[in-house]
Amino acid sequence: MRHIISILMENEPGALSRVVGLFSQRNFNIETLNVAPTEDETLSRLTVTTVGDDRVIEQITKHLNKLIDVVKLVDLTEGSHIERELMLVKVKALGAARDEVKRTVDIFRAQIVDVTPSQYTVQITGDAGKLDAFLEAMSPVGLLEVARTGVSGIARGDKVLSL
Amino acid sequence: MELLSGADMIARFLQDEGVEYIYGYPGGAALHIYDALFRQDKVKHILVRHEQAATHAADGYARASGKPGTVLVTSGPGATNAVTGIATAYMDSIPMVVLCGQVMSHLIGEDAFQETDIVGVTRPIVKHSFSIRHPSEIPEVLKKAYYLASTGRPGPVVVDIPKDMTAPTERYEYIYPKKAKLRSYNPVTRGHTGQIKKAVEMMLKARRPVFYTGGGVVTGEASDGLTDLVKRLGFPITTTLMGIGAFPQSDDQSLGWLGMHGSYESNMAMHHADLIIAIGARFDDRVTNNISKFCPTAKIVHVDIDPSSISKTVRADVPIVGPAASVINEMISLLQGREIVSSEALAEWWQSIDGWREERRGKLYEPSAAGEVLKPQEVIEAVCRATHGQAYVTTDVGQHQMFAAQYYKFDKPNRFVTSGGLGTMGFGFPAAMGIKQNFPDEQVVCFTGEGSFQMMMQELSTCKQFGGGVKIINLNNASLGMVRQWQDLNYKSRHAHSYMESLPDFQKLIEAYGFTALKVQTREELESALEKTFADNDELVFLDVAVDPHEHVYPMQVPLGAMRDMLLSKTERT
Repeated sequence: MRHIISILMENEPGALSRVVGLFSQRNFNIETLNVAPTEDETLSRLTVTTVGDDRVIEQITKHLNKLIDVVKLVDLTEGSHIERELMLVKVKALGAARDEVKRTVDIFRAQIVDVTPSQYTVQITGDAGKLDAFLEAMSPVGLLEVARTGVSGIARGDKVLSL
Repeated sequence: MELLSGADMIARFLQDEGVEYIYGYPGGAALHIYDALFRQDKVKHILVRHEQAATHAADGYARASGKPGTVLVTSGPGATNAVTGIATAYMDSIPMVVLCGQVMSHLIGEDAFQETDIVGVTRPIVKHSFSIRHPSEIPEVLKKAYYLASTGRPGPVVVDIPKDMTAPTERYEYIYPKKAKLRSYNPVTRGHTGQIKKAVEMMLKARRPVFYTGGGVVTGEASDGLTDLVKRLGFPITTTLMGIGAFPQSDDQSLGWLGMHGSYESNMAMHHADLIIAIGARFDDRVTNNISKFCPTAKIVHVDIDPSSISKTVRADVPIVGPAASVINEMISLLQGREIVSSEALAEWWQSIDGWREERRGKLYEPSAAGEVLKPQEVIEAVCRATHGQAYVTTDVGQHQMFAAQYYKFDKPNRFVTSGGLGTMGFGFPAAMGIKQNFPDEQVVCFTGEGSFQMMMQELSTCKQFGGGVKIINLNNASLGMVRQWQDLNYKSRHAHSYMESLPDFQKLIEAYGFTALKVQTREELESALEKTFADNDELVFLDVAVDPHEHVYPMQVPLGAMRDMLLSKTERT
C-alpha cells in the first residue's frame, strides 16, 4: 500500500542524506520526495511517499524515528489528510490542438502560466492521480517537458505536526 | 574564562570526560590534536600500526569495560582504514567515538590531498556523525558524541574535524558541558508496565518456556537481574553468541548458545517451545534459520531498547520497548508471591530437554588418539581448564571462533569478545590488546587462526611498544577452516583458495618482535606448552598449535530448515 510520511527534521547539513540513505540502505522504496525549511528555521519538513506492506511501513517509520536528525514524524495515510502535488508541464500548442489544450486545462482547473506561438506552459495542482490523468490527456498533443514537485501533505482537522 | 584552541579543547574534553586511553595514528590533518595530546599526560595514547587495529582495540576495551572506546585518526586513508572497525562496532552495538582529522574547511570538496568524505562513507555504519563547523562547537559536539555512543542502543559515533578547527592560534571559551542537549533523542528508560504484566502472566502459564537473550543484556548491564529472573522461574535459557556469559553457562538451566552452530539442546528447545522470552536479542538470520519455519508453536515476548529491532524479522506477540535491566527488574517484582501455574508441564519440559542433552553427551567430537594431531576443540577445552574459565577471551572469525564459543565455558558477562555481527577477521588480536592494556592483571586469551592472525599481526609491534601480555592461541590448520568446511559441504570439497600455502615460520616472526612463541604438534605436548604460555601474565606468548584440518564445526543448521534441522556430525543429522 502507498503511504505518505511527513517528517520534521533538523535543518542541518547531512540530515537529508541520512534520510535518503536509510531508504537505499534498508532496501525501502521512495516514490516521491519533497523537502523545504519550515517557519521555524531550525527545522525542515520532508514528505516521502513510499510503498510497502504493514511490516515494511512499520520498519520504515521505526528506522526514521531512530535517526538522530528526525525530530518527529507522521504517517499521513493513517488518518484523513490532504495530499497535493504541483506540476509544471510544457505542451505543444499548434493549430487545432491549441484550443483543445486550453479546454483540457480548464477541465482540470489548471492554469496556463506561459505562452509562446507554439507552446503552453501549464501549472496544475492536485493529488498524484489527478496529475497522472492530466498527463494522459495531454500525451496525444505532445508533452515537451514535465516538472513535478513530489507529494506534500497535511492532516485534516485539528491534528498538527509540530514540536 | 578559559580560552583554548580547538585542539586543546579536544584534549581537555577527553580528560574531563574521563577518557583514559585513545587508540590512534597521527597524520597531517590530526597534527594539532596530537600536539595538544603531547602537552598533557592524563589521557594515554596508544600508537597502533594500522587504523583498523585502533578501532578493534577501542572496541575490545569497550566490550570488556562497558565504557565507550575512543579512536583518533587522520583524514583520508587514516579514516578509511578505520571503516571496518566502525562497521564491526556498529553491527554489535558497541559504544565508540571516532575522531577523524579532515582537510581544512576551505579545501573540502576540492579533492584535496588526503581528503575523504568520511561522514558520507560511514553514514550507514554509525549511530550518528558530526562535522565540526566552528571551534567553539567542539565541547558540545564531543559531549553529544559520547552521550549518543553510550546510551540507548549503543553504537559508534564519528566526529569529523577539519584541520582549521584545531588551529593553535584561534582560541575560544572552554566550558565542559555536563549534559548533552538533543531534542530528538530520548532513549526509553523503562518498559510499558501493561505489556510487562502481560508477559509475566504468559510466563507463569507457559508449559514449554525458554529464555533467548542477547548482547543487549550484556551491554545493558542486566546480567545479575537476568540470572535472578531465570533462577526464580526455573526456565531453561539459551543465549546468542553476543549474549554468552550473561547467565552462567555452568548452571544447569543454561542450554548454551543457539543458532547455526549453537547447541543441539538449545535449538531443539527453541523449536518446541510454547513461549520464547527474547531479551536484547534481534532474531538475526544466524539464529533463526528459515523464518517461515521458525519455532512454529511459540508465542514471542520481545524486550529490546531499540523499537526497530522488534518485529523486524520475527513478529513479536508481546513487544516491550525498554532497557533490559529495568524491564527485568519490573518482571521480578511482578513475580513476587506468584506461583508457576503448570509446574508439572515445566517438569515434563525439563525431561525433554535432559533427553536432548543425553542424546549428544560424549558425542560432540571425537578426541585425538595418542601421538596424533590435536582436535581444535580439545585445545579450547585445555585452555579453559588452564585459565579456570576466568580469562577474557577474544576470537577472530571462522571455525576457531565457533569452537571457542562452544568449548570455553563462560560464567560472567563481558568475557567473551567476538565480532558476531560483521564477522571481522583480524578483530581478535587488537581487541585482546585493548583489553589487556586496560586490565593488565587479568588473563587475556586470543583464539585465532593463521588466516585471521595474518590480517592484523602488525600489532605485535604495538604490544612491543606499549605492553600487552596477550596469550595468542593459534589453531593452525593451514586452511581457512570455515571456508573449507563450506566447500566440503557444498562444493564437493573443491578447496578454492582456502588452503594457506607459504605460511610464515610463526616462531621466527614472533621472535623478531622479541616475544616468545611455542609450537605444539601432538597432544602430548599441549599441557606443558600451556603451562609455559600462562606462566607469566605480563608476557605476550604465541602458541602455535597444529590442529586437524579435516574437523568441521557441528552442530550446523541445515540451510533453509527450521531451528531443529541440524547436521550433527559428518554422518549424522536430525
